[in-house]
Amino acid sequence: MLEVQNLAARRGYSTLFAGVSFRLAQGRVLTLTGPNGSGKTTLLRILAGLTAPWEGVVCWRDEVLAPFAPRLRQDALLAAHVPALKDELTAGENLTFQCALAGQSASAAEVRHALDAVALDAARALPAGVLSQGQRRRIGLARLMLVKRPLWLLDEPATALDAAGLALLGQMIGDHVDNGGIVVATTHQSLALPVDCTTALALA
Amino acid sequence: MNTSVAPAASMADYGVWAAIGIAARRDLQLAFRSRAELSVQLLFYVLVVSLFPLASSPDRVLLATMAPGVLWVAALLAALLSLPRLFASDFTDGSLEQFAMSPYPLPALVSGKMLAHWLTTGLPMVVLAPLLALQYGLDAQLIGVVTLSLLLGTPILSLVGGIGAALTLGARGGGGLLALLVLPLFVPVLIFGAGAADALRAGLSVSANFSLLGAGLLLALVGAPFAAAAAVKIALD
Repeated sequence: MLEVQNLAARRGYSTLFAGVSFRLAQGRVLTLTGPNGSGKTTLLRILAGLTAPWEGVVCWRDEVLAPFAPRLRQDALLAAHVPALKDELTAGENLTFQCALAGQSASAAEVRHALDAVALDAARALPAGVLSQGQRRRIGLARLMLVKRPLWLLDEPATALDAAGLALLGQMIGDHVDNGGIVVATTHQSLALPVDCTTALALA
Repeated sequence: MNTSVAPAASMADYGVWAAIGIAARRDLQLAFRSRAELSVQLLFYVLVVSLFPLASSPDRVLLATMAPGVLWVAALLAALLSLPRLFASDFTDGSLEQFAMSPYPLPALVSGKMLAHWLTTGLPMVVLAPLLALQYGLDAQLIGVVTLSLLLGTPILSLVGGIGAALTLGARGGGGLLALLVLPLFVPVLIFGAGAADALRAGLSVSANFSLLGAGLLLALVGAPFAAAAAVKIALD
């Protein structure tokens, strides 16, 4: 489903990585590891179509993708290292907007249900600006539940999450691949991932 | 947990008007939550326009002559004051990435933001203009012409200024750079906008000025969202 051939990225004149190739079928997880500055986020942004690779191609559903390809914008969900939240809006309002932006209408009940599932029911009416980093991360988890996309691109999804949050994240990734989804995640911490369908890719 | 993988909808489901509505509604909501920030810019406009009659001679003819120009310059500067914020916070908190990854067309989302910007900054200035013009002793007809010229001109400021705001994303000292970039494009709007009242006073028809402003508005409506969306993509790369 997701195929990457001979991908290379540059920052200025220095090469971040080169010759990255992999193929992910439905129901697979790819974890990207590597030291800081090795290009994990850049690779994720290339897969998300936000940055053009220096060389190489990204194929999604047997289609070579250009940056900002409409096909990808319907199928991919990027959870960047900062959750795109507006401090002035409450968790629920942020989620409602993010779902609408992704082209999916979420009813108030669905949003409330998702916030309950990530244990944010008590903080529902608070502006996102006063929430802790972990709670803001949990809003991101609720978004993964509400916005249904086959391809998840997660940048350091485990950051700032507590043990219960990590377990929830692992369970959500497991459910997603069980349903035939694909997950690409950069990670430092070892997530509790379904071992039999996980591939690891280390960027030098 | 139902993280099922839904089949992708066809592109036709992601309409332009829906996109404009989504982006505009959210920016209006944000503007309403941070009213204080918004009122600073409006206060600036009111103060500049109100201080001119105090600082210059109380001669009625002189005041009436300079009123359209003062109103227009104040509106232009107030717009410049608010424009750097149009995309900046969305850029830093990652929202702009989500805009670019949305299945909705990016130019439509961007024009929704521009619409919200005009509704929160341009429109209040248009509404206040007749009130402020009273300080200059303008007659009703002149007030009408000035207000109408602002109504046609301020959306151009939001649209064209939006291109500049998107182009200066991530640049240090973006505010100053933004002013340098868009001022040459604002000057014709200023000349034709403020000139409408002069034309009326000279006994000429104002239709030429309004036609030019209207043409500029149409051009900006068609071109600016695409230019700003392209600039946003460059900023994200």
